[in-house]
Amino acid sequence: MSKQSTSLWRMMMALGAVTVIAGAILAWVYSMTSEPIRDAQLRARRDAIAAVSPQFDNSPQPVAITPEGEEVPVELFPLTLGGKPVGAAVETYSDAGFSDRIRLMVGFDSDGKITGYQVLSHSETPGLGAKMDTWFRDPKGNRSVIGRSPASDDMRVSNDGGSVDAITAATITSRAFLDALNRAHSCYISYTNSR
Amino acid sequence: MNKLKIILNGIVRDNPTFVLMLGMCPTLGTTGSALTGMSMGLATMGVLICSNCAISMLKRFVPDQVRIPCYIVVIATFVTVLQMCMQAWLPALDKLLGIFIPLIVVNCILLGRAEAFAARHSVIESVCDGIGIGLGFTLALTLLGAVRELLGTGMIFGFGIYPETYGSLVFVLAPGAFIALGFMVALFNSVKKHP
Repeated sequence: MSKQSTSLWRMMMALGAVTVIAGAILAWVYSMTSEPIRDAQLRARRDAIAAVSPQFDNSPQPVAITPEGEEVPVELFPLTLGGKPVGAAVETYSDAGFSDRIRLMVGFDSDGKITGYQVLSHSETPGLGAKMDTWFRDPKGNRSVIGRSPASDDMRVSNDGGSVDAITAATITSRAFLDALNRAHSCYISYTNSR
Repeated sequence: MNKLKIILNGIVRDNPTFVLMLGMCPTLGTTGSALTGMSMGLATMGVLICSNCAISMLKRFVPDQVRIPCYIVVIATFVTVLQMCMQAWLPALDKLLGIFIPLIVVNCILLGRAEAFAARHSVIESVCDGIGIGLGFTLALTLLGAVRELLGTGMIFGFGIYPETYGSLVFVLAPGAFIALGFMVALFNSVKKHP
């Protein structure tokens, strides 16, 4: 009996000591890395905004806009050049994809035309849906969305009667991509209307 | 035991992928290209060396009955440290490997080597085993990634060898991973048997 209780005591001591040391190490590394991780995320976002937007010289601050008929707000970054508004970048998303959420950064100029986009994260099929990274800026046919405005163009895939060529063998991803794009545009419109 | 021999054993005689058949999930999941395969291999190697070292140091203090939970805590700690460091200083690589970094915790190679080697050998020998097995895993993943990338997209490490249109998409997707892995296991073992 006494031998059993000592071994139980030893087990608890050993496991307890290992977890305490592990916890201490993790706490220390967390405190070391939390700042650089936040910086890296901010830098990634800044790079994405710069990559998709028209020329601007302010430091974009997020504004939360809730798209019409939805509940989850989307972050919009108003851009100015010499104090005048030149458009915005919108961090948008779609849950209509093949798997998981697709997140995009989309840039608009002051006329509401798309100046660029960048895929922030997705889990679409490699080699098929994952092509959206380059497909929708390819000038071939009606693939490219750059320079178009969802206000004047029907931004749906051509199978659905729209004016954008879907990715070959990845129509679902294409629909989701355009869903995210239209969400971004409606946010941009409600932002410009509210000012 | 000869240290060089331990390292060589890890690469050839006990190659984790081609001979021990351990850690198949990241092997199939991250070898879409040579670069991701190699990064995954190196990340796993880093954790394996640290965990082997820590476990062989701990082996005298940890009672047999609670050794598995202790090993898992040690491995999980190193993996979390690695993930936080990667998010802080290598965000691009972290995005590339995504969920497979935290999944290193449940990679059988780590627990397998802890049980089969580190718990029975000295610290130096365990570190050598970590290096050997880690190199073997990295080599296997890089080779498999290179084969899949070449057959799938016509590139190796992103350098074009032949035009992408001749590539076969199946090798980028999961079925191609099984096919390529099967052929490589067969090749590796036949070369090993009849050198």
